[in-house]
Amino acid sequence: MYKEMVTARYYEERLQEEYLEGKQPAFDISAGPIPGELHLAAGHEASGAGVCAHLRDSDTVTAPHRPHHVAISKGVDLERMTAEIFGRETGLSKGKGGHMHLYDPEVNFACSGIIAQGCPPAVGAALTAKKRNTDDVAVAFLGEGAISQGAFLESLNLAAVQELPVVFVIEDNDWAISMPKERVTDVEDGSRRAWGFDMHGERVDADDAVTVYEAADDAIGRARDGNGPSVLEVQVHRRMGHFMGDPESYRPEADVERAQRRDCITRMETRLREHGFEESDLEGIREGAHERVDEAIEWAKDQPEPEPEATYEDVFTNSPDSWPDRPSREVTATDGGEE
Amino acid sequence: MAQAETPSASEIDRELTMSRAMVEAIAHEMREDEEVFVMGEDVADYGGIFDSTQGLLEEFGHDRIMDVPISETAFMGAGVGAAMQGMRPICELMFADFFGVCMDQLYNNMAKTTYMSGGSVSVPMTVMTAVGGTYNDAAQHSQTLYGTFAHLPGMKVVVPSTAYDAKGLMHTAIRDDDPVVYMFHKRLMGLAWMPAPEGPKTGVPEERYEIPFGEADVKREGEDATVVTLGLHVHRALEAAEGLATDGIDAEVIDLRTLVPLDTETVLESVRKTGRLVVVDEDYHSYGVSGELIARATEGALEDLEAVDRVTAPDTPIPYSRPLENEFQPNTDDIAAAVRSITQ
Ligand SMILES: Cc1ncc(C[n+]2csc(CCOP(=O)(O)OP(=O)(O)O)c2C)c(N)n1
Repeated sequence: MYKEMVTARYYEERLQEEYLEGKQPAFDISAGPIPGELHLAAGHEASGAGVCAHLRDSDTVTAPHRPHHVAISKGVDLERMTAEIFGRETGLSKGKGGHMHLYDPEVNFACSGIIAQGCPPAVGAALTAKKRNTDDVAVAFLGEGAISQGAFLESLNLAAVQELPVVFVIEDNDWAISMPKERVTDVEDGSRRAWGFDMHGERVDADDAVTVYEAADDAIGRARDGNGPSVLEVQVHRRMGHFMGDPESYRPEADVERAQRRDCITRMETRLREHGFEESDLEGIREGAHERVDEAIEWAKDQPEPEPEATYEDVFTNSPDSWPDRPSREVTATDGGEE
Repeated sequence: MAQAETPSASEIDRELTMSRAMVEAIAHEMREDEEVFVMGEDVADYGGIFDSTQGLLEEFGHDRIMDVPISETAFMGAGVGAAMQGMRPICELMFADFFGVCMDQLYNNMAKTTYMSGGSVSVPMTVMTAVGGTYNDAAQHSQTLYGTFAHLPGMKVVVPSTAYDAKGLMHTAIRDDDPVVYMFHKRLMGLAWMPAPEGPKTGVPEERYEIPFGEADVKREGEDATVVTLGLHVHRALEAAEGLATDGIDAEVIDLRTLVPLDTETVLESVRKTGRLVVVDEDYHSYGVSGELIARATEGALEDLEAVDRVTAPDTPIPYSRPLENEFQPNTDDIAAAVRSITQ
């Protein structure tokens, strides 16, 4: 778990560096080597690592707009994910998806940039496991802001009545962009949403990977053993703005400082030291992780960008013969007006 | 036209960005009418992700500039309910792309209530939403969807391209007794992190003025071809027209400003004059604004039409990578090429 956590943290530090290149001093979202928006998950690593440690490739994970830490813990191809984030041809989605829309069918990982909309497909993956009689499970990750969405609540209900092997993991970082949790929900513990559906719900109050691991063992074990769905809420921290470039002027300084102080990685290191790990062991793990990340980023940056014509491919798996269905200029320029 | 009573953009030295102009109109209406309020995600302390509500919290407080949970079905539907009671809610859907999670409230409740009630209930609600790409935000955050909203009956659809229009159209939208979907292009707002092209920042009168719906604006007069467009592409069409002028091609550029109601007459008049029509739309190619405009031109001015073309986004989801999004986005060169191809 420590390895996944430091890999994710360093990966995002490197992405941040790359992303900011060419954007300074004025922040122009469309400039620089990484296209589009970038949502980083620094401070969320304990939940991704603690949950995914229980998962196999055949288990399904759906992630929201802040996906990298979960993807790394689920074993998504790091090179191709990075190439995707840089918009390259060899990326997971050939440069069409980008960082909020990562798909790696090899390890059953998918994302959505629309809030809570990964929940119903996770229910569908769980339904598939049940129909096919496998012991695979599905996990949907979402933020505490997302649990006000109909898609989440409807998914809980469907999963409950069908007794499906799915776990909803709420990453509670106290903020949904500028909205503090207390202004959008009167229920402090999001896992209690489960209770209304007669479903098991539990909250991990500390962003400690080992505690998350234990709680996830229970939730995922329950699903795998045919005992139905559950909700697991994990307290995490948002160490940065909502997206790169977010001025965070709405956020009290003290809250930012608190998030910086409570670092799940430091906490994990303390635990490992208590268990007899030497500083050199930790350093070794960190170095290995950094090397892997640097290699993936170097590889990705060397990859070609897609050819413009690729825009028209992949709209369908089974493209109609007439595709792309776009009349040529000769056809549309008529001479209808001659007298 | 409204410009008759109000000084036009070029007569005013005070220039505003499009977002400032929108906010000014909202603030004005909120001061005049207690029943006007704003609801949406990140509209209060953040001031709207695209600055569409910047500064309103300070004057009006959280009771009237309401941050809401990420529950578009609930707060759009609540907007409908409040509007049915006679209030004048302005609800922001942060990106038009998110309509999927609340469309039932918009098209089955907001847009159909007046009709289903035989005119006995009106829904004076404004939905503000950000549209458009050009910054690589990919398939779920870059759509324009003009055609989708305009296709479904019962809502008025507004797409400003300049600060002057943005303010006047916002006043009209809030005062209108019908549901209005006000679609603003991110690239026109004048954000520090998304530089706007030359053009949307214009002179804006301090006083309140309304731009009536259903009045297209001829943003450039010309004799050889009519270019009809809206939103960001007004500026691209104007740029293309400048380039074409150096080659002796004189293009007229019409900014539709509202899609519902649609000012067919201004388009037809222009087509009768030039005989050639190019429709430019950042929305998908098929079943949308471009097809609609060409259909209206053939219905109303078939005899005068010598050539038509359209420049649109293709029928694909919006790709992320730069070379792909560039291919997807209709640009100034595409517009110029289309005008050339039908005038030569
Ligand atoms: C349906 C929908 N509404 C709004 C948004 C815009 N949006 C993106 S992230 C976000 C906040 C999400 O907060 P939370 O679920 O707590 O996750 P966090 O970003 O804190 O990890 C919002 C409102 C969206 N993507 N989809």
